[in-house]
Amino acid sequence: MIITVDAVRCKGCNICVSICTKQVFTLSAKRNNYGTTMPEAVKEKECIGCKLCEKLCPDAAINVEE
Amino acid sequence: MNRLMERYLRLDALPTLFCPGCGNGIVQNAAITAIDNLGIRKDIACVSGIGCSSWIPCYYNMDVMHTTHGRALAFAQGLKLSCPDKKVLVFTGDGDCLAIGGNHMLHACKRNIDMAVIMVNNHIYGMTGGQKSPATPKGVRTKTSPWGAYDEPMEGAELAISMGATYVARWTTAHPVQLEKSIRAGIEHKGFSFIEVISQCPIQSGKGVYGDKDPSFILNYLKKNSYVYKEGMEEPRGKIKCGILKHDNDKTEYIERMQTQLQQYREGKTAKEKKGGAKNK
Repeated sequence: MIITVDAVRCKGCNICVSICTKQVFTLSAKRNNYGTTMPEAVKEKECIGCKLCEKLCPDAAINVEE
Repeated sequence: MNRLMERYLRLDALPTLFCPGCGNGIVQNAAITAIDNLGIRKDIACVSGIGCSSWIPCYYNMDVMHTTHGRALAFAQGLKLSCPDKKVLVFTGDGDCLAIGGNHMLHACKRNIDMAVIMVNNHIYGMTGGQKSPATPKGVRTKTSPWGAYDEPMEGAELAISMGATYVARWTTAHPVQLEKSIRAGIEHKGFSFIEVISQCPIQSGKGVYGDKDPSFILNYLKKNSYVYKEGMEEPRGKIKCGILKHDNDKTEYIERMQTQLQQYREGKTAKEKKGGAKNK
């Protein structure tokens, strides 16, 4: 799975970090355009492709592709 | 950015003006997925009123009408009557639909006119700064009820059922897949379909209603404190009732009823004319 988090769209609400059942995302020190810290997909290999992060991202910043 | 949303949103209008963690974005995604699954981008028209939730369709790159406060359903009915081939999808909030637009909602339900209404219920007037709305739960502190709200909340879905809407469902933002399916079923359903979405407003109602401002905490709270209703089951107290609450295919639709009556009137008129003509001769 290739998971990308768009820094232009992300607002840093951290829903994806808490909702992922496999803890793929972690908080990073990177800043998005909104000015808050944004998540990073670290354990991409453990992703099972449920796409819950894609559906629950309010700003459509996450894209999951096989 | 999400590939599906990239095709459907007006990229020049982004970023959206929703706060970080707002539930409106989740509803936006769900509605787009439902429209994409049905493949009716050119046949659909979105109508919305005033409020945070009414900004949802304004970012869609298709037919959208942003109308006056509370009158989204009135405008939508006019649109549906003038273009009966269009599928109409209405986005309103709890203040827009239950407070100022309550009367329009009652009459649209009663008429059973073919449209789908998504009511995003965040229990508060979010855009104007956190005042008490008709859907605010009892005992919740807001800007205009500093010692706790003391009246009972209004239940949109129950109101729609009692007024005769034929498809009624309620989901929370923690159920995105079920919400998508419900929106799809609501658009396909011939008659008035009312979908209530319990949404989080982390900035204005987060602390008062749920006890925390964190959007992920509120999502987990909604997931834990809701149950999916099935007919004949025992209903646990103090939890949000979710699921498809009513699905009735027997009632005839408003425009169909109107057209049959018009046809009957025309037939009666021509028969009368023929009769009158015969008498004159």
